[in-house]
Amino acid sequence: MSATGTVLRAVALARLREQPLRLLATVAAISLGVALATAVFLINAGALNEFGLAARKLVGEADLIVRGSRAGFDESVFVELAGQPGVREASPALELEVAPLGETSALRVLAIDPFRAAWVQPELVAGLAPRLLDLLEPDTIVLSAAAARELGLGAGDRLELRAGTSEYVLKVLDVMPEAAYPQRLGVMDIATAQAAFGRLGLVNRVDLRLEPGADRERLRERLAELLPDGVSAQTPDVERNRAAEVTRAYRVNLNMLAMVALLTGAFLVFSTQALAVLRRRTSLGLMRALGATRGQVELALTAEGAALGAAGAITGVLLGQLIASVALAKLGGDLGGGYFEASSLAAKPQPGILAAFFLIGTAVAALGAWAPARDAARVEPARALKAGDAERAMDRVRPAWPGLLLFGAGAVAAWLPPVGGLPLFGYASVALLLLGGLLLVPAFAARVLALLPRPRKVALGTAVAQLKGSAGLAGVSLAAIIVSFSLMVAMAIMVYSFRESFEHWLNEVLPADVHLRVGSASDTANWSSGDQAIIAATEGVARVRFQRQQPVLFDPARPPVALLAREVGEDGEGLPLVRGADARLPDGAAQAWISEAMVDLHGLEVGETFDLPLAGKTWRMAVAGVWRDYGHTAGAIVVDRAWYIAATGDAAASEGAIWLAPGADVETVIARIRSRFERGETLQVASGSAVKEISMQIFDRAFAVTYLLEAVAVAIGLAGVAFAFSSQALARRAEFGMLRHVGMLRRQVIAMLAGEGAMLGALGVAYGLALGGVLSLVLVYVINRQSFNWSIDLAVPWLQLGALAALLVSAAAVTAMASGRAATSDSAVRAVREDW
Amino acid sequence: MTADTPVLRLADVSRRYSATAPAVLDGLDFALAPGEYVAIMGESGVGKSTLLNIMAGLDRPDTGRIEVDGRDLAGLDDDALTVLRRTHLGFVFQAFHVLPYLTVRDNVALPLDLASRPGAEREARVVEMLEAVGLAGRAGSYPRELSGGETQRVAIARALVHRPRLLLADEPTGNLDPRTATHILALLRGQVHAQGASGVLITHSLAAAQTADRILVLEGGRLSPYAARA
Repeated sequence: MSATGTVLRAVALARLREQPLRLLATVAAISLGVALATAVFLINAGALNEFGLAARKLVGEADLIVRGSRAGFDESVFVELAGQPGVREASPALELEVAPLGETSALRVLAIDPFRAAWVQPELVAGLAPRLLDLLEPDTIVLSAAAARELGLGAGDRLELRAGTSEYVLKVLDVMPEAAYPQRLGVMDIATAQAAFGRLGLVNRVDLRLEPGADRERLRERLAELLPDGVSAQTPDVERNRAAEVTRAYRVNLNMLAMVALLTGAFLVFSTQALAVLRRRTSLGLMRALGATRGQVELALTAEGAALGAAGAITGVLLGQLIASVALAKLGGDLGGGYFEASSLAAKPQPGILAAFFLIGTAVAALGAWAPARDAARVEPARALKAGDAERAMDRVRPAWPGLLLFGAGAVAAWLPPVGGLPLFGYASVALLLLGGLLLVPAFAARVLALLPRPRKVALGTAVAQLKGSAGLAGVSLAAIIVSFSLMVAMAIMVYSFRESFEHWLNEVLPADVHLRVGSASDTANWSSGDQAIIAATEGVARVRFQRQQPVLFDPARPPVALLAREVGEDGEGLPLVRGADARLPDGAAQAWISEAMVDLHGLEVGETFDLPLAGKTWRMAVAGVWRDYGHTAGAIVVDRAWYIAATGDAAASEGAIWLAPGADVETVIARIRSRFERGETLQVASGSAVKEISMQIFDRAFAVTYLLEAVAVAIGLAGVAFAFSSQALARRAEFGMLRHVGMLRRQVIAMLAGEGAMLGALGVAYGLALGGVLSLVLVYVINRQSFNWSIDLAVPWLQLGALAALLVSAAAVTAMASGRAATSDSAVRAVREDW
Repeated sequence: MTADTPVLRLADVSRRYSATAPAVLDGLDFALAPGEYVAIMGESGVGKSTLLNIMAGLDRPDTGRIEVDGRDLAGLDDDALTVLRRTHLGFVFQAFHVLPYLTVRDNVALPLDLASRPGAEREARVVEMLEAVGLAGRAGSYPRELSGGETQRVAIARALVHRPRLLLADEPTGNLDPRTATHILALLRGQVHAQGASGVLITHSLAAAQTADRILVLEGGRLSPYAARA
């Protein structure tokens, strides 16, 4: 056996015999951290794969994709494109979101010329193959397997849709095989779609396949001059990336959160190993004296940590796989985030990911063990062998400067801009502040404890003295709980701030008594001018305000932004403005109020002008104000509806708001409106309070996973405190024995330990609160802003945090008492006499 | 209780750890007169630890009676035994067992704090004891700043600060060099007498035992005088 193996056997196996339950609990905690991280990653990876696959199927083998706004552009553009030198095939398409009757989610429809599409999207068309010619029949559609499943339809069934406010029925010709397309989709013939949805002569996408050897970039540049305003040609990469970009920040955040549980596990290993090493200092000193080198001791102790990590990681990845399957079934691929509908997602075992997380779990545990291993290996054997060395090691308070340095670096990182749209420096800031904060714990503890007076009550007085004497150990004991609690505090403040801001925002954007829309898709389900007049004339309606919403491809490389045409009062009144124009706007430009995302993503500011592609023309707009918008992560532009109608001739409305006449009953008015329209029961009409309530429910569901992940991290942190207490109680058995000899009652010893636990817990909780408060500033003002491009106002959930803090302090006291109870058993009393 | 009542009396005390094992203590009798300082010697494993546990009320005999200052320990529960130790007993251990996070002053004052003695009395007694053991100048020091001999002096001061009737010392010089050991043994004996206490010294060393008034040997579960054995 190698020397390292001998050291490992001598020091590790003894520990296994001495503390099997504690080791088991450590392994379980690591396992939990690894399981959560693996599960979240698997779910995210699965969803992203599906996004990518769906985008690839739709892009097919196109070399260039010409796209305009969803409203569409003249199909003569397609003819012109087809005749361009270098273009081998051109396939026109109309991409729309349609509203199935009674469904809350829209159905994406791709209307194609089946024969031309076969050249560009062969895989997709292959899925239609058996009924390709039948697709030319009027009013027919082929559904993807996911769409058919979710709509509860099969071949031969009727798909009822809204077109305007009227009902429109399509016959389901067939259902594509699962492999043809993984998400919700309906495929129609383009001519049918143009007729059905009032888009005669319009397309909004043309896919191009080029001649072999044609220069794609040169053709793209040439097309830029040729294409109408608001229409551009993009490469397939841009198309594919755009699909995933919508949810990227949410996913990165979720992954980071999952890593927190893993990170807490690492600090738990650090705590347990540091205390275990302290207890075994004499044995390690003996090993060194007998000839084991520093490197061998360091390696053996790190390997011990890695072994704990490996045991936890192997069970963790298997548990993670199980959690991923259950979570996908219960919460969907976005874990309740509301970004997209779950479809065919299934957590398929992915050996690569599982192996990676096994290695990460093992490495993180090894890392947690490495620092104490290094410390232990550095101690001179003579010192380690001397009685009382462990106490001396506990007394030492490390200098504060490394902590201050890291803390400072964290503060600097918080000011740096996002990288590729992600708050990477923000995450680095959190990590640096956290680590810096941890390194400052002993110095902080020493200073705070020094201020504590020593109570006259002997149990409490001894507890205070013990804490004062071991401030150096506070950082070790509290590491896991401070990490998890401070992150939980930060998350709680961020989520609470977001919730408060969101609720306030809802009250501003949903001020009316009743809100209504025809269906889930604004492309095809709209209120015509006549419909609007009917609603306005309904008995009990005092005032109505209609809004037209449509996606606009503002920057082809990014997801479309929402254009909202609505009544806007003077100076943007009625909008949740964060700032308005305080100077005169440029002449000749129409006013536009942009969301904060437009500022962050497109670099626009108040007073500046920009070009808006709309209805085949480009309009010069001036930014009159910036408003807060939690509805459109990719950005939104509000324009005055009167200006919009004049500019586009489009008087349809996708949403409406109704203020009731005095004394009118909400439900009666809603019933009257429904009765005025065909299949009125399927119209989406609800009171303002109901819409707000549903919105808040969706919000809470989106953050349910966040709370779960954080709760697990805190549970792991508490386990860390429990291990620290029990470890110390074990190490102090002789001390308790002596105290019992000199006349301290057993309950006094336990009270002393409870006091120590409560005080140490309170110290950790207070520190965690303060550190969490600092971290929350980074989350609220840096990570949230850079991830989602919207601002939120800081709000602190004092009650929630207070309750949690009290719970943790009590848990720490109870844990310490339990440890004390075990350590003051009769055999423990004799511990003092081990030398008699 | 009269002035002649033994401070510690063991009558017909027996103790065995299992039905098949030989008795560690076998009908043992012992009486410690007020002011008397007795050394008990014995080979390793002979039952010295068991005897001390029983004397201190930390272990109960299978049969027999133990009295401390005339009080039968059999009728006392754990709390009452603890209070008895707090008021009547003092301990000196081989491994010192002082609390590393308390100053010398606070370590010595521990029994007084446990007995909730008034502050002025506490201070006076601590000063007196520290002077008695030669540590008057080290009251504010922590144990880590002391030598082994100094640490054991702290332990002696702590064992006697509350004026116990009985001091139990287990190999108090086992961790010290011979010169320091001689000083500590002299100090221990001197302070036991000076504080009006009685003492039991457990030791392997004949030289140490010879500092006591009387030497007993534990063998075969019983105590016998050292001289008689010789």
